[in-house]
Amino acid sequence: MAHEHKLEIFRGLLKFKSNTQKIWGVLIFLSIVTTVEVALGIVKPRALTHSHLLGMKLLNWIFIILTLVKAYYIAWDFMHLRDEKTSLRRVIVWTPVFLICYLIFILLFEADYIHNVYRDGFITWNF
Amino acid sequence: MDATVSTGTEDSVWGGGNRPLGASYGKMMMWFFIMSDALTFSGFLVAYGFSRFKFIELWPIADEVFTHFPFLHGVEAPMYYVAFMTFILIMSSVTMVLAVDAGHKMKQKSVILYMFLTVIGGAIFVGSQAWEWATFIKGDYGAVETNSGRILQFVNAETGKRAALADFAETLPEERVKHQASEGIWFESEGYKTSYSLNEVVEGFKATPNILIRTEQLNEEGEKTLLDRKQSLAKILEANQVVEGANLVHNEYGHRLFADFFFFITGFHGFHVFSGVVINIIIFFNVILGTYERRGHYEMVEKVGLYWHFVDLVWVFVFTFFYLV
Repeated sequence: MAHEHKLEIFRGLLKFKSNTQKIWGVLIFLSIVTTVEVALGIVKPRALTHSHLLGMKLLNWIFIILTLVKAYYIAWDFMHLRDEKTSLRRVIVWTPVFLICYLIFILLFEADYIHNVYRDGFITWNF
Repeated sequence: MDATVSTGTEDSVWGGGNRPLGASYGKMMMWFFIMSDALTFSGFLVAYGFSRFKFIELWPIADEVFTHFPFLHGVEAPMYYVAFMTFILIMSSVTMVLAVDAGHKMKQKSVILYMFLTVIGGAIFVGSQAWEWATFIKGDYGAVETNSGRILQFVNAETGKRAALADFAETLPEERVKHQASEGIWFESEGYKTSYSLNEVVEGFKATPNILIRTEQLNEEGEKTLLDRKQSLAKILEANQVVEGANLVHNEYGHRLFADFFFFITGFHGFHVFSGVVINIIIFFNVILGTYERRGHYEMVEKVGLYWHFVDLVWVFVFTFFYLV
């Protein structure tokens, strides 16, 4: 990467003049996202906590998506994956993403099954 | 590649002179490490998700657990402190990128300044985490635990707010001796002595009509179930010990796995931040001594930077899954 930096974020919507400027731009963006997260976490709008999508509260989906957005900008701009070769970036990103999705899928399904056993089965755990 | 040992065979393909994927050996190894560490952390976080899904309807609500802010006693400030910590960490990440950027331009003075700021940011974060741990371990209201390990908390019926044990517990003329391994059952001992005995809490509870019990069970509103006075009086009989604060076995906030994961995950992350600070300090001194100036490039700063950003990245996820969701 050495001395060339890609200075566009938001798919070219925002183009910075220098790398330093881009860093401050990304900081502002990350701070805004964090503020939104914290504000939502404190207010907990009823409309978002009482509607569900795929068995999870809408609010939680928003939190997770905003987290992934933040992770993207940290990895792409702070860890300058944006400036690395495409092949290196893909190896670094997709290998863990695949493994982690697999792990999440298996463990959460299993946990839900155990939860159902606790709830419906003949086990008393609250006495 | 200047950082690696010269073997004199750099010109051949297998001699170590070429840079696959355009990344130097050291940087590539840092990425290898970061990927394996990412998998370790996701293992922890997914294990947390596993336990949480298992006990989904009685998991503690993070907003009610982390409500303190330094120097603001008695003010309910859920999440503000963690948000502050998050901001500190992102900020120190920014100074780190600026250090890397200055390194590319071979500006030794700016690298020194930015590395220094990064170290300060990391130190503030670790300190905050220590404070957070201390507050969590100390506890605030106190609770009782039932035979099956469920936590019963107390609520003032008039104000609807949580009631501390000290608000209603009676002081009985009894002496509560700390149980030690040398006396009684040899394999059991107590780490700490609670401020009130179970008897004092139960008697005080019976004598104070405006105190109700709150169970761990979440109702449809996503709040903890509040029992009425009659149910509360029946429920208190199941209590078998008083719990104040948190440790790895009992905690007053709710399910014991919550405290276990809190200590484990934030502890492991805190350890990463701590080692990051140490490594940053080493690099900081190397920069001052001019090591990289003589080497001709500041790639070492960049590699340490990758680690430091990774620590920030992990915190973003810990923050979401521990405090927000």
